[in-house]
Amino acid sequence: MEIILFIITALIALASALMVITRKSPIASVLFLVLTFVCIAVLYVMLGAQFIAAMQIIVYAGAIMVLFLFVLMLLNLRGNQGWENISPARIGLGFAAAGLLLLVAVAWLKTAGSMEVAGLDPEMGTVSAFGDVLFQRFLLPFEIASVLLLGAIIGVVAMIKRKPLAELGEDKEGKVS
Amino acid sequence: MDWFIIIASMVKMLAVIAIVMGLATLLTWVERKQSAVMQDRLGANRADIFGLRIIGLFQPFADAIKMITKEDFVPPFANRFLHTLAPILAFAPVLFVFTVIPLGPPLEIAGRTVTGQIANINIGLLFIFAFGGLAVFGSVLAGWGSNNKYALIAGIRASSQMISYEVCLGLSLVGAIMIYGTLDMTEMVIGQSGHWFGWLPRWGLFMQPLAALLFLPAAIAENKRIPFDLPECESEILGYFVEYSGLRAGMFMFAEFVEIIFVAALFTVVFLGGWLVPWLAWDGFHFPWGGMWYLPIWIVKMLEFAAMFIKIAFMIYFMILIRWTLPRFRYDQLMRLGWKYLLPLAMLNLVVTGVVLVLLR
Amino acid sequence: MLSPSAPMTLSMGPSHPATHGIIRINLQLDGERVVDSTVDMGFLHRGFEKMCETHAWNQAIVYTDRLNYVSAMINNIGYCMAVEGLLEIETPPRCQTLRVILSELSRVEDHLTCLAAQVMECGALTAFLYTMKAREYVYELIEMACGARVTTNWTRVGGLSMDVPPDFADAIKARIPSIRIVNDEFNKLLTKNRIFIDRVKDVGCMTKEEAIDWGFTGPLLRATGVPFDVRRDTPYLNYDEFDFEIPIGSNGDVYDRYVIRLFEMEQSLQIIEQALEKLPEGPVNVDDMSITLPAKEDVYGNIEGLINQFKLIMDGHGIKPPPGEYYSAVEAPNGELGFYVVSTGEDKPYKCRCRPPCFPFTAAIPKMIKGHLVSDIVPIFGSINMIGGELDR
Repeated sequence: MEIILFIITALIALASALMVITRKSPIASVLFLVLTFVCIAVLYVMLGAQFIAAMQIIVYAGAIMVLFLFVLMLLNLRGNQGWENISPARIGLGFAAAGLLLLVAVAWLKTAGSMEVAGLDPEMGTVSAFGDVLFQRFLLPFEIASVLLLGAIIGVVAMIKRKPLAELGEDKEGKVS
Repeated sequence: MDWFIIIASMVKMLAVIAIVMGLATLLTWVERKQSAVMQDRLGANRADIFGLRIIGLFQPFADAIKMITKEDFVPPFANRFLHTLAPILAFAPVLFVFTVIPLGPPLEIAGRTVTGQIANINIGLLFIFAFGGLAVFGSVLAGWGSNNKYALIAGIRASSQMISYEVCLGLSLVGAIMIYGTLDMTEMVIGQSGHWFGWLPRWGLFMQPLAALLFLPAAIAENKRIPFDLPECESEILGYFVEYSGLRAGMFMFAEFVEIIFVAALFTVVFLGGWLVPWLAWDGFHFPWGGMWYLPIWIVKMLEFAAMFIKIAFMIYFMILIRWTLPRFRYDQLMRLGWKYLLPLAMLNLVVTGVVLVLLR
Repeated sequence: MLSPSAPMTLSMGPSHPATHGIIRINLQLDGERVVDSTVDMGFLHRGFEKMCETHAWNQAIVYTDRLNYVSAMINNIGYCMAVEGLLEIETPPRCQTLRVILSELSRVEDHLTCLAAQVMECGALTAFLYTMKAREYVYELIEMACGARVTTNWTRVGGLSMDVPPDFADAIKARIPSIRIVNDEFNKLLTKNRIFIDRVKDVGCMTKEEAIDWGFTGPLLRATGVPFDVRRDTPYLNYDEFDFEIPIGSNGDVYDRYVIRLFEMEQSLQIIEQALEKLPEGPVNVDDMSITLPAKEDVYGNIEGLINQFKLIMDGHGIKPPPGEYYSAVEAPNGELGFYVVSTGEDKPYKCRCRPPCFPFTAAIPKMIKGHLVSDIVPIFGSINMIGGELDR
């Protein structure tokens, strides 16, 4: 029962992940990415990590992907960036990166056989267990990460702050049309 | 697998779908009728079956027939796939969140406890945020997929508004989560049982008044209703569903009504003590002035179910009242309200709640 | 690929829910902010002025109904006054007072409609229906006076098509309190509503000088602080006999226009009350056989009446003002409504030109909405009370 569900979910996740990188339309890519995230959330639930599953959907599928979509909508991209526009050097680099990834994967799989799957505590993924770990054992890294994110937010706000187009137009032409 | 759990879940699923869809259908009539009363009109009263009118209660059926039989038009310049997908994405998540909202008290059946919600997972409230947050895809994709500038503006407004107010919505509820110490909605209600000074029910509304005050506007904004109906204000930018017709436009409308029920139910559970009736314990009423009124357990349960639905109905009434009283905000004012007033207040509420909880410990 | 900072072109109208009356505003948007815009008008052009040239003086009155169809009475009166000026006649006192009463009723009706549309577009549909209810009361009274609700066609050169029914004064007196109640409700719902004030305050501002330069009149000019009102500055009819105030604003924004309209409605009701007090008896038409149609019993009863009727109705006969030109203006709800008529001594106008009060406002839309958000266009547009029939003629 559980294994069937796992196989179905994992297949959908893999297939949609493949779609993310093969679709020409960026909007379609984003939507498939959302599907991938939802499938991964299902896998988390099957592992008993309900909190992480919820966070996966809230943060990635619900918030970040909507922002992606938001930006794409503003940019008004059409699905016309075909393969022919990509230089051969880039394709070569892409293959090199894929080869490296494969290398890492093979190295990991070779050691994976010797790893024992730790007995899963059914309470492991609950909110309280998660909170315990996050705010007791890893409090300092957690706080450091949040400071880092704050810095990033401030940086982004400082960078994107620009004059509205209306003012720019007036400055340039010096008249109000 | 335990057959009892499966059958109980099935029954609950059917019951929840029947209740929610039924209520939403009824709401289309209620909204018309209540607005009519507020505006000195008669409201929809013409739909009849064989001459039987009963103050227009058949109107929802007439509406449904109208919407189903209308032409289902996809504009030639629209993205057909996204245009079709969007109403489903708008409608499905709002129905999904009812999985974890208890619509009644736990019942003892054959020696086992059956909770009032379909699934009692320990991340109840987070589940609601997760799937409530996905509803934004419906509006955004409807706006983009229609390939219409008005719909696009509306879609952009919808996405930024819903993301912004989701933050307020979440933070206003965190205070309640801290007090109840759980995310499971049934336990939240149970956490609100008891009374202060022997007479004031320990409802979330009295424990977290500020949170309740913040939750309501944020929830209405999530719901995209006046005064926060900027993504669909028909007189300015016509709304993200401007290119929709027939049943698909109906799905957006229906999603809105289901969302009203959802917000009302969530508010009831978190802030109005769910199914709890003041002074009602498992064996009957314990009045603060010392009296007792013993009731059999089944009457108590019936009363609790009734209380739940009366509270939900009151919240729905209240939201429709707001809808037909106020004008709408402007987009920048909405963002200012969300980020500069509601959000800091929600943070303040969080800090105060935390301090009080530590002091009380 | 579009650069994200390039403005987006958005065509608002001709068929947009907020552009009642047909008009198109071509917007250049930066996000939701209006960078630039042009107004495209003329969708409702029917050739009113040209049509007048092929019709007898009295026949053009029915076309004036269709100018500002929300306050048709004032158009009727304005046109007839221009022709009467050409003929150099003065209408009887009863006619003048009745014209004042019906003018003010029309003003109330027009302001109610304008306010209703303006707030409805801000989302307050309930307030809209309250004002529609009050407008219905006014329509009933207008129907009582002339038999029609919108297309009144009530005045004639030299008087009125008919006197009002005997119980007209009582009917108005009975209705005024209920109109006031609706105005109060409206006041309570919106005037101090924070959301509404935020929507309309400091939106669409015009300064005194700009407003005068653009040729503003009426509530929009008074909102900027210029106390100009045709009824007081160049009194017509017998407006100088009445006691009323002219509200002025200070900011020239949408909120000031809104408050001024509310205030003017109350002033109009007061004028009506005063006029009803001193409504004189007597004829409603000038006693001049070359202008006024004979009574029906004379037409059917004796040959002189029949000939008189013929002489006024037949093509090539009728009212023949002396050659010359005349401009007269009335204070329409939107501002100065002027009619300029030229006669060559024939039974048809040589030229009839209408000065529509909302034309300058509509022309100034690009100036008023520049730098504002898309959402602001709607209340600004609502506050100028553009009437397609009058704008495009």
